[in-house]
Amino acid sequence: MTATLAPAPPEPDAPPPEEPVARRGLPRWAWALIVIGVWVVVYAFTKGQDTLVLPGREHTDLHDTLTGFRDDVLASRDSNPIIQLTYAVGERFVAVVEWVQTLISVPDFPRPVPQVGWLGVTAVAAWVGLALAGWRIALLVAASFVSFGFFGYWSDAMDLLIVTFVAVAVSVLVGMPLAIWLGTTRNRYVLAAINTTLDILQTMPTFVYLLPIVLFVGIGPSGAVACTLLYSLPPIIRIAGHGIRGVSTTTLEATDSAGQTRWQRLLKVQLPMARRTIVVGLNQTIMAALAMATLAAYVNGPGLGKPVLAALQSRDVGGGFVPGMLIVVMAVMLDRTTTAASEAPEKRIRDGADPKIRRIVLGVTGALALVAVYLSREQIDLARFPENDVRRTVADGVNDLVDWFTDTFGGLTGGFKDVISYGLLNPLESLLAESPWYVVAVAILALSAVLGGVRALLPTVICLAGLWYFDLWHDAMVTLNMTLVGTILVMALALVLGVWMARRPRVDLVLRPVLDAGQTIPPFVYLIPILGLFEATRFTAIVAGVIYAAPVAIKLVADGIKGVSPATLEASRATGSTTWQEITKVQLPMARGSLVLAANQGLLYVLSMAVIGGMVGAGALGYDVVLGFSRSEEWGKGAAAGISIVLLGILIDRICRAAAHRDPVTHDPSKRPWWRAASI
Amino acid sequence: MTAVVDQPEQTGAATTDAALSVRGLWKIFGSGAEKIIGTPDAELSRADLKQKTGCVVGVKDVSFEVAPGEVFVVMGLSGSGKSTLVRCLTRLIEPTAGEVVIDGRDITKAGAGDLRELRRTHTSMVFQHFGLLPHKQVIDNVAFGLEIRGISKKERRARAGEIVDLVGLTGFEQSYPDQLSGGMQQRVGLARALANDPSLLLFDEPFSALDPLIRRDMQNEVIRLHHELGKTMVFITHDLQEALKLGDRILIMRDGEMVQVGAPDEVVAAPADDYVRDFVSDVPRSHVLTLKWVMRDPRPDDSMDGPVMKADTIVRQAAKAALASDHPVRVVDENDRVVGIVDDDAILRVVVAEEEAPA
Ligand SMILES: Nc1ncnc2c1ncn2[C@@H]1O[C@H](COP(=O)(O)OP(=O)(O)OP(=O)(O)O)[C@@H](O)[C@H]1O
Ligand SMILES: [Mg+2]
Repeated sequence: MTATLAPAPPEPDAPPPEEPVARRGLPRWAWALIVIGVWVVVYAFTKGQDTLVLPGREHTDLHDTLTGFRDDVLASRDSNPIIQLTYAVGERFVAVVEWVQTLISVPDFPRPVPQVGWLGVTAVAAWVGLALAGWRIALLVAASFVSFGFFGYWSDAMDLLIVTFVAVAVSVLVGMPLAIWLGTTRNRYVLAAINTTLDILQTMPTFVYLLPIVLFVGIGPSGAVACTLLYSLPPIIRIAGHGIRGVSTTTLEATDSAGQTRWQRLLKVQLPMARRTIVVGLNQTIMAALAMATLAAYVNGPGLGKPVLAALQSRDVGGGFVPGMLIVVMAVMLDRTTTAASEAPEKRIRDGADPKIRRIVLGVTGALALVAVYLSREQIDLARFPENDVRRTVADGVNDLVDWFTDTFGGLTGGFKDVISYGLLNPLESLLAESPWYVVAVAILALSAVLGGVRALLPTVICLAGLWYFDLWHDAMVTLNMTLVGTILVMALALVLGVWMARRPRVDLVLRPVLDAGQTIPPFVYLIPILGLFEATRFTAIVAGVIYAAPVAIKLVADGIKGVSPATLEASRATGSTTWQEITKVQLPMARGSLVLAANQGLLYVLSMAVIGGMVGAGALGYDVVLGFSRSEEWGKGAAAGISIVLLGILIDRICRAAAHRDPVTHDPSKRPWWRAASI
Repeated sequence: MTAVVDQPEQTGAATTDAALSVRGLWKIFGSGAEKIIGTPDAELSRADLKQKTGCVVGVKDVSFEVAPGEVFVVMGLSGSGKSTLVRCLTRLIEPTAGEVVIDGRDITKAGAGDLRELRRTHTSMVFQHFGLLPHKQVIDNVAFGLEIRGISKKERRARAGEIVDLVGLTGFEQSYPDQLSGGMQQRVGLARALANDPSLLLFDEPFSALDPLIRRDMQNEVIRLHHELGKTMVFITHDLQEALKLGDRILIMRDGEMVQVGAPDEVVAAPADDYVRDFVSDVPRSHVLTLKWVMRDPRPDDSMDGPVMKADTIVRQAAKAALASDHPVRVVDENDRVVGIVDDDAILRVVVAEEEAPA
């Protein structure tokens, strides 16, 4: 009904809309500088005291208590009904995964090969692509599958797909009813509850809940599916729910007025009208699942993540390159297929395609696919991809290339590394990690008050207290430092490229597809090439984080600046401002909300990468977590590190949100590719 | 429009056989709305009530009746409660108090099933922003009401096809709504409403989103359909021209309250208050007023040679003949009894006043 309403005239005596609290006197950034200045002075006198360092393999009583908790849980596996239930669910996952594995990926004893060989699987997959999205996608799918076999990673690729799709299937089964509930409920409390839960999942770096999940369902396929499932659930709920809620109220009213039942309303109006958004949600869910399923290699999940992880651990860039590329191929394939599938039906109808011809084509090609399945069961070469050493050749080639590159440009990359290290990374790290912890805490508190106001104070206090309590203060500060430096680089990049994109449509046209593609790549993969350039140092994690975070931040900045009213811009031009003035005095200030949001997202992305990078030299909290996976006596420390990461994420997020809230500029939160926020 | 339908009674009530009758209808938005009705608070102005209770009055104690076949127009400024009123009629918005009787049934007491049945077979509504289903072709949009009644695809398409022809969309059955212009989309909306063969059609500002030329086309279309099908209509508009053109009677609302109900010429000739007077001040009066409003009582010395005209003749139509003749016009009622005299001066007063008014 509201759609037909003209905005109500403002009440004559209503109070004027709330002005953002303007700080009298000094601007916010000046206060922030003052705080930092004081901090530096205090640091100079107190350096090295009470830094709460906890060296390598030491752990505290608290960590031992956590480890004890883990042991209790494991010991109660036979008696505790909750654990029994979760393990039972986990076993179901394993059963399903293993069954599909014998179908398409591993030998089904006594057969030397799976039930269906590569040719059959490829043919069926291509046929599905054809049915969903047309022949171009079918070709893409076929080529992708062939490349999995050609480069010698058939089983791993199939396993990754299996884990991804088992998790996605459950996500959809669980998520769609919730999405419908979210989309149709009129109960404000339900709405708030679901949204808050999703918000929390959103700021939660998923990497850290690998540990508890593994505790409850075990490692291997069960843990992999469970983590992937949990991680990929929110997008479908939120996006599909949003789509259903967004169905035009006029249309709902019009169809209600025709006397429809609630079921008819849902099935004939709400779901069909939200279809495209729902498919977008599905796309995001699949991409999230793929990202997580790759990372599940940490908990011994099957799939392409395993060779990548192994290569990263042995610093074998070439060895990681091929499976990494295949993950990218898979990501592109899944992304393109789902996107095209969301547009295909309408396109078909609009092009006036004859459904009969379509049916015949699908029938014939389907029969061909079945023939291929049959053949692949009978002939060994069509079942198992013929051996070749492309994989090794490519790996060696890449290693040579990397060697050549580091030999030739080593000075350059080394120089870059040194500049950042000595100019930014080290001084900031000393300040954060070498000051007494209480000084740091007070300084962070003061900064959050200056930047975010009162509403940032409580979360900040809670998070700082939590960090202190979990006994990993020093590691947390080191990770925080990497995150901050990475974010500074991200924002520098985002400002330059974002402004450029916003001012030059042609640049936008070229860059945007690249950024979109970048956003579909699972974070894990970014580590591989960077490892080649910077070796196993914290720098690798930072640069990978910058690259991982850059697409989101750049897009947010570009869109924010583009959103600046052209009228204002024109007015400023009319007063004769230079381009530089135009950017710094009009565009950037007016897009401030987007800039803060970009910084927020940048921070969370870089944080997640700093954690994943723990094992390639980034150390600190990420390393503690990885250690927790591999050594049972370190489990407690790993869990504490995981919680500390969550606390860091919340700390950063809350301060940014509070800061953004104080900015009058509005931004559209629906534009943010939220599923990647704070991921992993 | 008056010419084509049986003229319903101008005011007053045909209580027993009204197609729609509304009695003491209230809608107050906000929590605790029920408690307000019947208390002195209910008499407060809209702004005061909002201030005091936080509730907003949408419709305030509205009563009227619509005869079968009548076109009943509701008009008022934005926010006067027109949309709320029309939605209360089929309980798309739940009324706070009052009765709505359609074809003898009090729908405010109907259960969910009865209400659905009513919406499926008795009433249909046309919306300002069309409210079409973008994923369905025109023909299926039109057939939507039949679809949810469970009528087979073949049958409903056949019926919808006839309606599509009726509203002049032949050839566009297979198109999608976004391939049509606004005017055509609203024809689809109209066809969808007609496909159920309802006895009561509700329109909520159906043509406000269209440009003036198309709007005129669509108004004529409604007149034509009304002529052909003779359905009862409740028509919401904020455009006085449209109201005068279509309405047998007009209800004028302000802040949720009824201000005046009457035939177009009544509203123009005898505005109930300054609000209505303001409203109708721009109307070319000669286009609306009938001789009834300009005649004077006959006197014995009046000439009996002038032309004879009916009391409901529009002044403008009478003007030429009246001015051409040397004798004043004799005005007669339905029984050809002379009820008044209109001389040239009376005609000129209307026509000239209108020419001067804008200056
Ligand atoms: N759901 C609602 N909740 C609260 N107030 C409402 C609601 N719907 C309408 N109102 C208020 O009721 C009043 C009447 O609104 P309504 O939509 O009926 O006006 P209208 O005459 O149709 O106006 P327009 O010509 O702009 O369509 C307005 O003041 C509006 O703000
Ligand atoms: Mg309205």
